[in-house]
Amino acid sequence: MSTRIKYRIGKSTAFQALTVVLSASCVIPLLAILFYIIKAGITKINWSFITNVEKPVGEMGGGVAHALLGSIIIILMAALIAVPIGIMVGIYLGENKTSKLAYWSRLSVDILQGVPSIVIGIVAYIWMVKPFGYSAISGSIALSIMMLPIVVRSTEETLKLLPDSLREAAYALGMPFHRVILKVIVPCGISGILSGVMLSVARIAGETAPLLFTAFGCQFLSADIRKPMETLPHVVFKYAISPYNEWKELAWGASLILLLWVLLLNIITKVITRKWKVQL
Amino acid sequence: METSLDNTVVTRSEPSLRVITSNATQKNVKTAGREKRSHRQIRTESVFRRSLVIVSLCMVVLVLGILITLIVQSVPSLKALGVGYLWGKTWDPVRDIYGALPFLLGTLLTSFLALLISVPFSFAVAIFLGEYYPKGWMPDLLKNAVELIAAVPSVIYGFWGLAVMVPMVQKLETVIHVPPVGYGIFTSSLILAIMIIPYSASLGRSMIQMVPSSLKEAAYSLGATRWEVIRSVIIPYTRSGLFAGVLLSLGRALGETMAVTMVIGNTTSMPQNIFSTGNTMASVIANELGEADKHVYNAALIELGLVLFFVTVVINIIGKKIITKFSN
Amino acid sequence: MESTIVKAVNYNSYFGDNHVVKNVSIDIPRNNVIAVMGPSGCGKTTFLRGINRMHELIPGATAKGQIFLNGEDVMEMHPIFVRLKIGMVFQRPNPFPNLSIYDNVIAGYKLNGIKLPKAERDRIVEHSLTRVALWNEVKDSLTKKGTFLSGGQQQRLCIARAVAMEPEVLLFDEPTSALDPISTSTVEELFHELKKNYTLIIVTHNMQQAARVSDKTAFFYLGELVEYDETKQMFTNPRDTRTQNYITGRFS
Repeated sequence: MSTRIKYRIGKSTAFQALTVVLSASCVIPLLAILFYIIKAGITKINWSFITNVEKPVGEMGGGVAHALLGSIIIILMAALIAVPIGIMVGIYLGENKTSKLAYWSRLSVDILQGVPSIVIGIVAYIWMVKPFGYSAISGSIALSIMMLPIVVRSTEETLKLLPDSLREAAYALGMPFHRVILKVIVPCGISGILSGVMLSVARIAGETAPLLFTAFGCQFLSADIRKPMETLPHVVFKYAISPYNEWKELAWGASLILLLWVLLLNIITKVITRKWKVQL
Repeated sequence: METSLDNTVVTRSEPSLRVITSNATQKNVKTAGREKRSHRQIRTESVFRRSLVIVSLCMVVLVLGILITLIVQSVPSLKALGVGYLWGKTWDPVRDIYGALPFLLGTLLTSFLALLISVPFSFAVAIFLGEYYPKGWMPDLLKNAVELIAAVPSVIYGFWGLAVMVPMVQKLETVIHVPPVGYGIFTSSLILAIMIIPYSASLGRSMIQMVPSSLKEAAYSLGATRWEVIRSVIIPYTRSGLFAGVLLSLGRALGETMAVTMVIGNTTSMPQNIFSTGNTMASVIANELGEADKHVYNAALIELGLVLFFVTVVINIIGKKIITKFSN
Repeated sequence: MESTIVKAVNYNSYFGDNHVVKNVSIDIPRNNVIAVMGPSGCGKTTFLRGINRMHELIPGATAKGQIFLNGEDVMEMHPIFVRLKIGMVFQRPNPFPNLSIYDNVIAGYKLNGIKLPKAERDRIVEHSLTRVALWNEVKDSLTKKGTFLSGGQQQRLCIARAVAMEPEVLLFDEPTSALDPISTSTVEELFHELKKNYTLIIVTHNMQQAARVSDKTAFFYLGELVEYDETKQMFTNPRDTRTQNYITGRFS
């Protein structure tokens, strides 16, 4: 073998090795974060941490019950707003590929997908907080705007992948449009649509920025959606940047719960995608 | 015409004829009921169609609404401060002086530095998963790990950065003789770099997998090594797609709020170098909008949001257009 | 004298500016098997899909002219009524993948929200599956998914699905082109049985099939109905030279 060829092969191997090393090192910070959060958080989590609300600095035994409840309420409300709208828009876009409205609507979804969460927060602040004051519902509206593009996109993509023969079979039986969609198309694409919904929930479950000046946060257990409400990501932020060590300790516990919760949502998404798929 | 029956059929097969006639009467009874409900169905159908159109229209209205809201609410600042607002170097709400340049600079510095750090890694992942090891448990693990990077909430990155990165950067700063603050633009960029890896990596991976194998085989058959195929076939073929991935990552970095807010130091002076503390547009909004009670102050922050909106939208639309063009 | 069930008068259809079916007029007699044949792209499938208004589902597709079903113009009716009376079977078997075999047969009722008592449903399922000679093969696996069957069985399931609605006309769009020879002959045998109760219009590009199964044959060429006659007459003594060229294989 000539040295020239040896050199070229060597260069190729070196590049491959470099790729492997760089790729592997991407995992390091992730592992570091997971390890650190679990290590620091696991000792903080116990029954009273989950069932107690915030205590003033200096008092022991504060918890995140109020934030857990708030997160669940705010996310559920956001989903309640965004999921039906998102699926409907997704159906429209999936079934009307070429209309003018579809073009503009699709462009809007693309734009919405790129808007930073803080900007959505500003808009919800202007729309809801300026006239009515801080409230949980304003946070839900901000989060629902962030969910929309994900739900729309996944619904649209799912419907586009379903073969036309399925639609034809349904139409040929004399089914009206809404029944073709609701009884045939949506059930056949349910795994794609649901995984989009779960993905969007997973995405907003960890959002803090849009909640800073909408849901705002509060120290008490509250289920009144017209009043400020605490959320898990916000409580992590609040505790983390506080100057008090007890609060920082609580922040680790809250971080671990938040992390587990987001991971769980992501795993559920994967399971749905795999298990519920209709064999075409 | 219609009622008369074929004579030949009658003579040929009496029984089957009876089946036809009995079926026909049965059919008429059935279809009468069916038609009645079908009229109801047709009404529902048009209601359904119309509501789909209305909801889709709402998407357009929503985005226009966001844009208009931001513009209208920035008017006080636009009027009071003019275009010079974006070039002003001082931000002092107490004395009513508003200049956004420190934040524009802070955003640009953190984002591009983050991009610079993350691109080699994200491209490596893209090539690793797209070309070298597309199948197997190891690449699956890497793929899931990279997806996980995108799933971790940004407030957790911020907190981890606060607890782990800031002390590390402090040590580094002591070694290279800059004030050992730990917080600052450099720290933010490091955190951002980790956070934006998945966006360009996953897009790059799918683009690389779309390279026709015939092209690669042609190069191999000429005696090219793997690296030469990557350099002279795969990278030129996917160049626009890889660029789009970088754009999407950039869009993420520009708008990222929480992680940056927690480690950048939140000072409003002009950044002197990459180790200075500072603020990005997103972080200054996050810090100050809640307490910005003065009219112009509030509007000035919203105007920052408007700028952020425009920049990220343009970047994302360009990125998306490139992807659509590439996929076709 | 035969009674006409479907009658097209100056029927034209278009994809955008593309004129696909040109001025077709045809009388289709009740309880017959009509084969529609011609080279690919001659508009035969488009014409077939026009009869039950499936054509207009394609974006940009339009149609002009009249098609009568029992003297009623289907172009004036709502497509839902038309499709309830004219069933259709497609080129590739397309059972609903989310439904069982049983539910696939009564899909036309179930998915249209037509409520039937259990006994009536069972009767329809058994009756329809028997008609397509599938009952004995699947009666023990009615709860399995429709996609679990073989290609030929799936296609017969799709025919059963159309038959279950008790339509007057059944349209077949190259129903055997995706099937193996044995399944093909099973389906062809069905046509003889089905024509006792229904009128069958079958699009095929297989001349032997047209000759085997049909009573009358229509030959389409470049969007025009060139010739329409008794099948025997058409294959032995075509009147048009284009028909003759096609039958003798001079072009395809």
